Amino acid sequence: MEFLNALVTLSNFMLVPALAYGSQLALGALGITLIYSILRFAHFAHGDTMALGTAAVIGGTFFLQGQGIGIAPLPTALLAVPFGVLVMVGYLLAADRLVYRYYRRVRAKPMIFVMASLGVMFVTNGITRLFMGVGETRFEDGERFVFSVREFRAFTGLAEGLALRNAQAITIVTALIVMIVLFWFLTRTRAGKSMRAYSDNEDLALLSGINPERVVTITWVITAILLVLAGTLYGLDKGFRAFNYFQLLLPMFAAAILGGLGSPIGAIVGAYVVAFAEMGVTFAWRRVAGYLLPEGFEPSGMVQLLPVDYKFAVTFMILVIVLLFRPTGIFKGRVL
Amino acid sequence: MKKLLLASTALALSAGIATAQEVKMGVLLGYTGPIEDITPYMADSAELAMSEISDSGMFLGGATITPVRADSTCVDSSAAQAAAERLISSDGIVAMVGADCSGVTMAVLQNVAMSAGVPMISPSATSPAFTTTESNGMFFRTAPSDARQGVILADIVMERGFDTVALTHTNNDYGSGFATAFAEAYTAAGGTITTTVPHEEAKGDYSAEVGTLAAAGGDALIILGYTDGGGSVLRTAYELGAFDQFFMGDGMYGDALIANTGEALEGTVGTIPWAQGDGADAFTAVAEAAGVRADSSYTRESYDAAAILALAAQAAGEATPAGIAANVLNVANAPGEPILPGELAKGLEILANGGEIDYVGATNVELVGPGEAAGSFREYIVDGGEYTTVKFH
Repeated sequence: MEFLNALVTLSNFMLVPALAYGSQLALGALGITLIYSILRFAHFAHGDTMALGTAAVIGGTFFLQGQGIGIAPLPTALLAVPFGVLVMVGYLLAADRLVYRYYRRVRAKPMIFVMASLGVMFVTNGITRLFMGVGETRFEDGERFVFSVREFRAFTGLAEGLALRNAQAITIVTALIVMIVLFWFLTRTRAGKSMRAYSDNEDLALLSGINPERVVTITWVITAILLVLAGTLYGLDKGFRAFNYFQLLLPMFAAAILGGLGSPIGAIVGAYVVAFAEMGVTFAWRRVAGYLLPEGFEPSGMVQLLPVDYKFAVTFMILVIVLLFRPTGIFKGRVL
Repeated sequence: MKKLLLASTALALSAGIATAQEVKMGVLLGYTGPIEDITPYMADSAELAMSEISDSGMFLGGATITPVRADSTCVDSSAAQAAAERLISSDGIVAMVGADCSGVTMAVLQNVAMSAGVPMISPSATSPAFTTTESNGMFFRTAPSDARQGVILADIVMERGFDTVALTHTNNDYGSGFATAFAEAYTAAGGTITTTVPHEEAKGDYSAEVGTLAAAGGDALIILGYTDGGGSVLRTAYELGAFDQFFMGDGMYGDALIANTGEALEGTVGTIPWAQGDGADAFTAVAEAAGVRADSSYTRESYDAAAILALAAQAAGEATPAGIAANVLNVANAPGEPILPGELAKGLEILANGGEIDYVGATNVELVGPGEAAGSFREYIVDGGEYTTVKFH
């Protein structure tokens, strides 16, 4: 019983939120790693394009709600995702045609690409705020809980409770499906194989007749799907606020670099490591320890390594340590 | 050509006369940021007092007051200072109503108002720090200090039988000052605070903060913050089953909180500076007649702040920053004829004739020296999605 209570309280306050957060990061980091391996630059505009994509989904959601169309108990936003993807495919391809293609043609250094993406980031940033403002927008509807704390307590009779929100469950399930589909696409389809070939060796790929512009287009389309999903799931879970999406850039990059830039599996593993590290290091273990330790040994302090304000510092530390000691990341990716 | 010159000189002269009769006052409030849902009503109330003064025709021999709004943002000190600088140097205000949140108010006071010598009356800066800060007589406030609100809230929590609580506050001057005042009074009364966790505004996710509070435990959670961050903490704490009973301070009060938190807020008890009596009734009547919403946070304090500034200018006989600053305490406190909202014309007349007034206003204004005000607090409980008054303290 003591052990169960410890597990439940740990799940409620850390494991479930971290799993959802990690899944959202993973979808974002996958996009970053994909762009890095194929277009060969660090896409700084990722956080803000995620925000813009979510803004499009929110617009679609409000339209559908106005028409009275919904899929309760699931949130209406899921119905609006295709619309958001469409908008973002258009937006990213336009950005590619207007900005990145020129630098590809003149074979610019990666650093110039990064700066160009920084410019795209600022523009996207402004467009998002133009439509959404700087405040918070909540667009979650349908059922809020799969089961709430009170229902869980009544059902199990445990002293501790566990809540699972709809948004968290949807996030975890969707992320899993998307990852499986993406791996199937990359390893089993012709387009996916040509992408991997292009990523491995650009010249050889060109020689074997792969159309580079086609590969680039497919990459942007996949990126658009990934980032609209990541942004929508994050927004459903935590509410939409443009600035928070910009702040996601750091943990997403930390995840991609930790896993090994260019390695999709690395991005996923890295994302969960970052999420669990952020939550675990700043988590107060007192209550969990109180259940697990024998009578009389309960800690009097909070058993917390860092105050919660230092969440981003944890990510920074991970990034610094990886870059110092293993710049290729866990799965031997490229060096930034 | 000569005619044209003459005409333009005449025009310039008449324009000069027009501006001489126009007195500008700043209304520096957070129209954007964490308390943006209450500031429009505060500004309306302040401007209501200014237009009442202007319409009376007795202000400094027929002068009018033009309010100039500027955004304090509530949280961004540099933006608030820039806004105050603009009000003073570019708009040429003689005094200002504002700022609102304690952090930005302190920044504006120390870095702008004191060096420019422009008096300010804040309707809502409640940090205890203002009572002890040297302001060269430039700072006054119509809202009572959190030092008292902390004591009253601690009494309420103890009275309701909660002797072990966790405490979270917004991470700025207002939040930490209020938290310190509450913690002192609460522990002195025999209560135990298991932990104190500051929280930042405008974050997406507060589950880590709530996790820490839950690990520390307690029978209730005290939230001293704003509708935005504090509201999210409350909702998260309720949904994660960490706490069922909440207590909150004045910064959380607002309709947006009820809309955002729903059933989580039921049974929550809180305090807010609130006045009752003839002055408050008179204000409600005046505000309703003018179509201004009276039933919101700090509307009374805002009206009083603007009225006192204008009356002080009248007492000085000139609309200058120094004159206003020197006369604020004279018009706000006894002795003299008591003045209620809606009677500003009467006050102006008495002052013009060399008499003395005691501005009572909507909140029974009693300024205890520079930087401190006496005042009453309302204890409310959220019942059926509405704030219901329990009693006044």
